[in-house]
Amino acid sequence: MSALVVDDDKVVRRMHGKLLTQLGFETNAVENGQEAVDLFTSGESYDFVFMDMEMPIMDGTEATQKLREMGVKSTIVGVTSCNQEAEKQAFVEAGLYACLEKPLTRDAISSLLEQVAKK
Amino acid sequence: MEIVGQLQKQFVDFTTSLYREGILDGQFVELQKLQDESTPDFVCELVSEYFQDSEKILTNLTTALQQQVVNFKVVDDHVHQFKGSSSSMGALRVRNMCIAFKSLCEEKNLDGCLRCLQQLKHEFYLVKNKWETLFRLERQILEAGGAVPFVDYRFY
Repeated sequence: MSALVVDDDKVVRRMHGKLLTQLGFETNAVENGQEAVDLFTSGESYDFVFMDMEMPIMDGTEATQKLREMGVKSTIVGVTSCNQEAEKQAFVEAGLYACLEKPLTRDAISSLLEQVAKK
Repeated sequence: MEIVGQLQKQFVDFTTSLYREGILDGQFVELQKLQDESTPDFVCELVSEYFQDSEKILTNLTTALQQQVVNFKVVDDHVHQFKGSSSSMGALRVRNMCIAFKSLCEEKNLDGCLRCLQQLKHEFYLVKNKWETLFRLERQILEAGGAVPFVDYRFY
């Protein structure tokens, strides 16, 4: 399985990247939504995208929307520490499979994988 | 008590105090679990990056709050970033101070924000100092030929 971590915070990218690698994912990471869109446009694809909500240049909501408009079928999971429900709802409606709280944990990812497997 | 035992006890007591005082939370243990044979210095490297990034954020916050017309959205963005990275590192008191800071940004309370920034700096330099001590104790244990004990945060 492959995963793309999209987050403007270097510490978070490293941490989530390492966690996903330890859980068996082949992992890549980019700094913002635009870079994520560019990767998919260039022909790369990932089974999972872990998308931060608030990022400069292109945020998670816009990036998710664009990826879905492009026909990307990856499991896009929002990752956020934001507690503004309206913003989170807009993020989900952009095309997320789920929205998880930051930071990601082993339990949260294991639970996610179980849910996806049942799909 | 032989030297390794003394150092290990010092390490356990010190780490325990960090959880008990709420300086670190269980997220730091999750971080430690990410360290493995392929990345033996993972935690230390990540903490160093956190220190560097945090210093930049604090500088940006200071600058943003010194503007003639303060843009509280910009201030909030910096605080949000700091909250996210601090939360990921397990720096609980820094994270909680960021939460308080965000409320002050929403209220556009400049005096409150300036006071909160000082408190935030205090909490950050406190956790920085504690982490540096923690890593020094780890190095001393390893140099003395011992193993670094695991401290289960759940008991604190």
